[in-house]
Amino acid sequence: MALLQISEPGESPDPHQRRIAIGIDLGTTHSLVAAIRNGVAQCLPDSQGQVILPSAVRYFTDTSGELCREVGSDALAGAAHDPGNTIVSAKRFMGRRLADIERHDKLPYEFIDAPSMVHMRTVAGVKSPVEVSAEILAALRQRAEQSLGGDVFGAVITVPAYFDDAQRQATKDAARIAGLNVLRLINEPTAAALAYGLENGSEGLYAVYDLGGGTFDISLLHLHAGVFEVVATGGNSALGGDDFDTMLADWALMQSGMNTVTPQDKRAVLVAARAAKEKLSVADDAILACRLSGGELSVRVDREQFVAMTRQLVARTVTLMRNVLRDAKVHRADVHGVVMVGGSTRMPMVQWAVSEFFGQTPLTNLDPDQVVALGAAIQANQLAGNADGNRVLLLDVIPLSLGIEIMGGLVDRIVPRNSTIPTARAKDFTTYKDGQTALALHVVQGERELVADCRSLARFELRGIPPMAAGAARIRVSFHVDADGLLNVAARELGSGVEASIDVKPSYGLADSDIARMLQEGFQSADADMQARNLRQAKVEAERMLLGVRAALAADGDLLSPAQLNTIGSLVNDLRARAGGDDHAAIDEAVQALSKGTEEFAAERMNRGISRALAGRSVNDI
Amino acid sequence: MNLDDNDFDLFGVPQRQAQDNRLIDVRWRALQADVHPDRFAADGAAAQRVAMQWAVRVNEAHERLKNPLARAAYLCELHGVAVDAEKNTAMPSEFLVQQLEWREALDSAQALPEVKALALDVARRRDTLLTQIERTLDKLQDYTAAAQQVRALMFVERFSEDIDRRLEELEQ
Repeated sequence: MALLQISEPGESPDPHQRRIAIGIDLGTTHSLVAAIRNGVAQCLPDSQGQVILPSAVRYFTDTSGELCREVGSDALAGAAHDPGNTIVSAKRFMGRRLADIERHDKLPYEFIDAPSMVHMRTVAGVKSPVEVSAEILAALRQRAEQSLGGDVFGAVITVPAYFDDAQRQATKDAARIAGLNVLRLINEPTAAALAYGLENGSEGLYAVYDLGGGTFDISLLHLHAGVFEVVATGGNSALGGDDFDTMLADWALMQSGMNTVTPQDKRAVLVAARAAKEKLSVADDAILACRLSGGELSVRVDREQFVAMTRQLVARTVTLMRNVLRDAKVHRADVHGVVMVGGSTRMPMVQWAVSEFFGQTPLTNLDPDQVVALGAAIQANQLAGNADGNRVLLLDVIPLSLGIEIMGGLVDRIVPRNSTIPTARAKDFTTYKDGQTALALHVVQGERELVADCRSLARFELRGIPPMAAGAARIRVSFHVDADGLLNVAARELGSGVEASIDVKPSYGLADSDIARMLQEGFQSADADMQARNLRQAKVEAERMLLGVRAALAADGDLLSPAQLNTIGSLVNDLRARAGGDDHAAIDEAVQALSKGTEEFAAERMNRGISRALAGRSVNDI
Repeated sequence: MNLDDNDFDLFGVPQRQAQDNRLIDVRWRALQADVHPDRFAADGAAAQRVAMQWAVRVNEAHERLKNPLARAAYLCELHGVAVDAEKNTAMPSEFLVQQLEWREALDSAQALPEVKALALDVARRRDTLLTQIERTLDKLQDYTAAAQQVRALMFVERFSEDIDRRLEELEQ
């Protein structure tokens, strides 16, 4: 175990120290955290030596009436007797309303539907899936900090490739509440490909078949010389192992003529179904047994029966595989290797279906439970600035088309699916009334023609358009999708150059005030000593910033005028003075000020650097 | 080298319709290795923003250069002839007849083999048109004629997408 390095107050820690960067697989059923240790990506175990943290959170009151929460196996143990308060598979509810959740009546929760997102009523109050996920993330952060002996600088968190904007934003919000600096959201299949690619030195076209507890992704990637390029991706963010459990549970109940009545019944039958399903991966038959309020349920099921009843689920994944090949404009035979990811790929019939489809045996030499976290850790290490040579480049795509609503409830597609990100598209609009100063846009995500069949992302109100005659204004709206797959909208009136101010009303997600409240409330399982931690982090950031600016000035100071140099100089002095003190808020403020004050300089440096690199490239090319 | 350079200059490829798609991909990956925001993740918000602009520009150029239809339209524009498909809808009558026949064939097709046969037909026509466009642009340098051919190809592409959608439905 690494020795914990604790700085004395006032002493600044070594800024040359590697930043602690972690990769987190926030799974539907299982979550893991990994980091690079001694040059190798490893999943970090808990004090019991387990790397997997069950994605379960239980809210309860202890003997003295205190509100408590537990995360992981402890929480899971409470599921049987306290199903309403033991939230599992919260990932399935992220960025979703009640109507989106199929067969929610089979679940033992008390759902509260809200326009922004479905919530669950628990003994600790109404909880959003974002809060539940934050608990899991916080537990993983603490595990990492204990194992690695320091504050986590940042994390790469994985999401299903097929997650839409609302689901991604919810994941980022959860990370914020958990006190994590998100370096990047990366797609699970891409993370897996990264781990595999580096492990096996693979080159060529690879398919990643990722069937998790609640989501399915199929991605086609081209691997070559450290570049991982997603060619196309498809999937279903509401299809996973849980659905196999539900089918088996329904079948068993039907066979026995029994019903689930209480929430305990609902949880019990699902747990029993999962156990039977897992048994069937290694044996020819299994018994699905549990106690219900109406009596004992005990049904025998064999592999053939299980395959028959769940055949359509597997068939859906095969159809999606076909679709993604078509999108990529490649044939099955072009695929060099197939990687299986996610616990649900342990089912023999899934392995068979995939082998059949591609005509080859899938690769399984990396643990399908760990591979995503490992890939995330590799990327996190690089993004934190730790990786020296052997850089990898991940070129990912947006999984679903983005469009806007136009007359007649139709969708005008702006960004097609499988466009490489980051990307931006622009569309010009004009006004229809004299003196009109605002414009409203409704952005949706999906492949259907009608707005009603797509997912509403947000309504944007563009204000501050200079008043003109109807039709005279030319408003260029740019839709930017960043490297996390998240949408940002900017607008400018071309004639006057006026930037419109944009009021975003997201259709889903937590309001900033909700997040602020959650941050305030904090977590019971949070650090005891937040203050000391904040001060440490502030000093480290200050030192890095000062060193960085010094180096930048040494390299490209000639880009600045004497006046600009002076301004930056005084900001530097201010920061240096504050960094010696104990007020972390003051240090943060000075860091922000210096960052803002050197923005323009940084942009010019970048431009110079990139222009040089590109020019050199053209000259050197044959 | 700057953001305003045209796609061909940015990628260091000759300004013409005939291209080596593999070379375009190679250049794209090399450029992204230099400009992708991930490269500058530890360098602060301003650096990230500039990198974003470059990465977006490189992706935009890549999309346009590797798609022969987009590339042809772009070349026309670079030579002052806008394709402007919305305004210029006039097409030769034999072309329109072909479109109608295809449309009828798709609407009346019941099974997968029929639609696949139609898809093959359309693909062949598309290839012929592309070869024609390449000649008009690179040999004849007649950008007005090329723009018209591009507009015809856009019809064909749109129909091709409808076929793909139908194939997807039939394969469910």
